Amino acid sequence: MYALIIDDSRAMRSILRRIVTDLGFETLEAADGQQALDHLNEGRVPTLCLIDWNMPVMDGYTFITNVRANPEWRDITLMMVTTESEHGQIVRALAAGAHEYVIKPFTPDAIADKLELLGLVAKAVPA
Amino acid sequence: MTISQSSFAFVSDLVRRETAMLYDPGKEYLVEARLLPLAREAGCADVDSYVAKLQTDHGERAKVLDALTINETSWFRDNAPYQAFTDVMLPEMIEARAHVRHISIWSAACSSGQEAYSLAMLLDQHLPSGWTAQILATDVSPKMLARVDAGRYSQVEMNRGLPATSLVRYFTRAGSEWEVSDDLKKMVRTQPLNLSTPFPLLPTFDIVFIRNVLIYFDMEMKRDILRKVHQVISPDGFMLLGSSETTLDMDDHWGREAHGRVQIHRPAGKPTTNTPPAAAAAWQPTTTALTGA
Repeated sequence: MYALIIDDSRAMRSILRRIVTDLGFETLEAADGQQALDHLNEGRVPTLCLIDWNMPVMDGYTFITNVRANPEWRDITLMMVTTESEHGQIVRALAAGAHEYVIKPFTPDAIADKLELLGLVAKAVPA
Repeated sequence: MTISQSSFAFVSDLVRRETAMLYDPGKEYLVEARLLPLAREAGCADVDSYVAKLQTDHGERAKVLDALTINETSWFRDNAPYQAFTDVMLPEMIEARAHVRHISIWSAACSSGQEAYSLAMLLDQHLPSGWTAQILATDVSPKMLARVDAGRYSQVEMNRGLPATSLVRYFTRAGSEWEVSDDLKKMVRTQPLNLSTPFPLLPTFDIVFIRNVLIYFDMEMKRDILRKVHQVISPDGFMLLGSSETTLDMDDHWGREAHGRVQIHRPAGKPTTNTPPAAAAAWQPTTTALTGA
């Protein structure tokens, strides 16, 4: 299972890489939406994308609209991970096709909780 | 700096005496982590000198009890119990309570209220039109109950298990925090309640969530709490405990039903499924006074 981490901050990519690797994902990285689309166009289609909103070249919102415009990529789970915290922005991202939304700052547990909600991570402890 | 054994013993005695919650040896790190902010606030150099102050300062003792009775919590914690709520408990209660069109729920040891408001969201989505529901959220900590009443949560708290669709539907921004909608707040009422002492006057509940709190009590107190809950739950009601908690070998007044990974507890010797219409019609909301004796 691959996770594509899309963030212009190398430090943030590193943090997210550690978290999702611990959850059983292999990772790909991109520093903006265009680099991420390049991965997809070259056949590297992940199960999950973790997407920052504000990035140079192509922002995360535009990336989501591009992914959702291509039916071949409909199975990719899209999760925003961003400092954008306005109510209207979250509604906009969900309407464009994001499945989930995490607002920075976050704890590793928050990422695990969301991926569990999305059915991508099994709960370790029986409820 | 670590807390001394004598300070730890004093604090664990205090908490046990006032709330019956157990802080056994090995939990020193937890006590220290929770008391360090209070020590700083009180101008003490370290936790030990703060504990010395507690010997005479009863106002500070209340703060310590507050700090040590807070549980970690998240929205829809563990997920499966909420699945059981919507798949099993709610459909059966909607059938059984058709005559009153009202459901009464207790979120015991509610901490900062995520459980109560998670249930309120599910009720908003699944209760038929024209029905009402009341969730009583109780906790030993007045500070926590004030947080539930305010319904405000930090960004870090909002990220813990709350689906984004529910965030945009039920919350608005309030400065750096998020505030739950008035509709959900109206469904949730708070009341201070110490599980280890005799219960105050309580309504009869259809569903009781009392999760991840029995683990803090000794066996005798667990039995006492389960017995008191048995007295305030309706004959066809449901009780949910935490994943590591059970009534097995502890209290034979409860039956157990497995639903997926979740054990649902029901009062034994009373109707457990499909309450007959006659019996359902006879049931009316009541209040029950308990002595805890």
